Amino acid sequence: MTKMLRGAIVAAVLASCIPFAGAQAEVAELKIMAPAAPGGGWDQTARSMQHVLQTDKLVSNVQVLNVPGAGGTIGLAQFVNASKGDPHALIVGGYVMVGAILTNKSPVTLDQVTPLARLTGEFEAIAVPANSPLKSMADLVAALKADPAKVSWAGGSAGGTDHIAAGLILKAIGGDPKKLNYIAFSGGGESLASILGGKVSVGISSLSEFDAQAKAGKLRILGVSSAQRLPDAPDVPTFKESGVNVEIQNWRMVAAAPGITPEQKKELSAVIEKMAKSKAWTDMLKQKGWADTYLAGEAFEKQLAIDIANTAAVLKEIGLVQ
Amino acid sequence: MDTFGALAQGLMVALQPMNLVFAFFGVMLGTAVGVLPGIGPALTVALLLPITFKLDPAGSLIMFAGIYYGGMYGGSTASILLNTPGESSSIVTALEGNKMARAGRGGPALATAAIGSFVAGTIATIGLALIAPTVVDIAISFGPEDYFALMILAFTTVSAAFGSSVTRGLTSLFIGLSLGLVGIDLQSGQARVSFGVPDLLDGVEVTTLAVALFAIGETLSVAAAGARAEEVIEPVRGSVFMNKEDWKRSWWPWIRGTFLGFPIGAMPAGGAEIPTFLSYALEKRLCKKPDEFGNGAIEGVAGPEAANNAAAAGVLVPLLTLGLPTSATAAIMLAGFQQYGMNPGPLLFATNPDLVWGLIASLFIANIMLLILNLPLVGMWVKLLAIPRPWLYGGILVFATLGTLGANPSLVELGMLLIFGLLGYVLRRYDYPIAPVVVGLILGPLAEQQLRRALAISVGDPLVLFQSPVALTLYTLAALALFGPLLFYLITGRKAPVGGDED
Repeated sequence: MTKMLRGAIVAAVLASCIPFAGAQAEVAELKIMAPAAPGGGWDQTARSMQHVLQTDKLVSNVQVLNVPGAGGTIGLAQFVNASKGDPHALIVGGYVMVGAILTNKSPVTLDQVTPLARLTGEFEAIAVPANSPLKSMADLVAALKADPAKVSWAGGSAGGTDHIAAGLILKAIGGDPKKLNYIAFSGGGESLASILGGKVSVGISSLSEFDAQAKAGKLRILGVSSAQRLPDAPDVPTFKESGVNVEIQNWRMVAAAPGITPEQKKELSAVIEKMAKSKAWTDMLKQKGWADTYLAGEAFEKQLAIDIANTAAVLKEIGLVQ
Repeated sequence: MDTFGALAQGLMVALQPMNLVFAFFGVMLGTAVGVLPGIGPALTVALLLPITFKLDPAGSLIMFAGIYYGGMYGGSTASILLNTPGESSSIVTALEGNKMARAGRGGPALATAAIGSFVAGTIATIGLALIAPTVVDIAISFGPEDYFALMILAFTTVSAAFGSSVTRGLTSLFIGLSLGLVGIDLQSGQARVSFGVPDLLDGVEVTTLAVALFAIGETLSVAAAGARAEEVIEPVRGSVFMNKEDWKRSWWPWIRGTFLGFPIGAMPAGGAEIPTFLSYALEKRLCKKPDEFGNGAIEGVAGPEAANNAAAAGVLVPLLTLGLPTSATAAIMLAGFQQYGMNPGPLLFATNPDLVWGLIASLFIANIMLLILNLPLVGMWVKLLAIPRPWLYGGILVFATLGTLGANPSLVELGMLLIFGLLGYVLRRYDYPIAPVVVGLILGPLAEQQLRRALAISVGDPLVLFQSPVALTLYTLAALALFGPLLFYLITGRKAPVGGDED
């Protein structure tokens, strides 16, 4: 009798809890995988999402899991294998993953997850030391046309966004991407030091890496990879303005697990959209200096397909992918 | 003089009661995570970032600095007592420190590490305050060819310093160099020696290799020896504090370690490992009792520990003045700055002077706090060694495994830990030195990348390697280290004093 009574009480409490929880948050829990070590861009994106989703009470409990390695492909493989059909699992990823999947011959690809939305992005910039003879994109183009091997580029690891952007630029001006003299550095710090020290001809990286140095007058930014001029650097022309037809964005996205139902996808997309439109998220982006490049649904899927195709083509031409 | 004015102003900021609490919390947490292999200050700061988001910027940055310095202290404690170097910069400390601990001199080993860290941290922090802008200019002028020359110097001095026979030392070094080839090649983006295993694409983790070779290998060889070789670990012999001779023998290594660590740490590609190797090699060369090296020479703890703490302060030079993060922790501290809408860089000293000088001043405070916290605890720490051997080694095994898995929860990582543990046992069994394996893994990839960068920039002209005065100076030093003993022999007809065996 007491057992039954206790059971009834538990049931009643549970029943009263569920609608209550529903009123408070739309989704009870989410696990976001950041396929990188703590501290990097993907990790910060995942933790910013966690913060906004919880403070705005969109999700009551959000956990972030770090699985570092190989440009995110290790985390991606683990996500695809372990989270199939799990409507509570999300993964953060980005453009770097597109290249890493190709160069690492990853057995899993982005086709195997359910992309939800692009959240933020950074644009690439080309910088030279203040005393460099290269004054503008036109000078750089002329130097590249004369002998691409004599122009050394400092940037992040081979096959990453910086390398792809440099390859696209050389290709856009009619050069052979195979002749690209790209020097890979393991961290933004090391490559910045080599640019400031005049060890390389130009540096290519996201604008934020060069911003402080440019404002201090130690670096000159020749161009940026966005469609329009950027608010952070209103005086810097875009590549397109300088006649180099390259537009590239190092974006970050969020995707759901493979094999979820269309309803589950819709529900997750709605939560992400609410987050991306919230004031807390906008404030977070502003504070981190990330551009709001939110894109969801079919438009994002289409853009993703274009990015993957372009990347595969340029990596092949650089010679990184056979 | 306005540097001192600014520093005094900074001290006022750092001495605010709330900031003292942050500093205290930081050093406590840092020491705790430093003791655990695998879980380092970088991870801790990263985990704290979202929590500190609402706090006062000065307070949380002061706490991060405390964690950073505390992590260095904690790392040396684990290296000395348990032979589990949790950070790659405390690997060298384990060599002599653990030998001292087993001979009942754990107290002085911990004390020389703590006081050396304090001395080095203080001198280096003063250096940071006074000459940061100048150091940065010099550091930036270092090109790939100069870094390559620095690696060559490290290779030659280190291979001369470790091991009883050159062949054995080189064999170990080449095992390390081969392991360094595993993973994605940075310059071409292609996978090497990874056998299609995705977990190997990022290469072999240095701390996994170090913990496996030192801790697991050691445990296996103790277990294999069984009752045959009853090696006695004396928990404490004599005082747990440093005696007069210890002070005399530690003083110069502290200073020399500081002057190796600070400038190399300040270089954008310098890091904290290379100065510890160089300091160990240098102290071994200068020591009046070289035969004690390998059996617990206090100089071998004092020098490298001072070097790694000075390097930790050095790393802040490019971070604060240029916004260049040159270590994992620095990268996360950069994220911390950005969280408050500040960009470290040439303008930071002008735009946020209170914060920068507050941070620098808090490093002094963190250093003093660490010393006060750690010295009285030395007596308690060394009691760890009084634990019966099976329990102690059982504990070390659990500790090493948990630390490695905590840093990277992967089966392949666990497999590597065990296989390298077996390798460590085999190397011990056949009397091959262990440290050069780790040195090869750290320095090999660095040297390769710098060489290839230099050659790519010069479009394949090898002469670029010998055109810079910095590189030429470093090569000369390397040649002296290599051929010095031979010249000594030719001139005097006596064999140069060679150090004792290592492990």
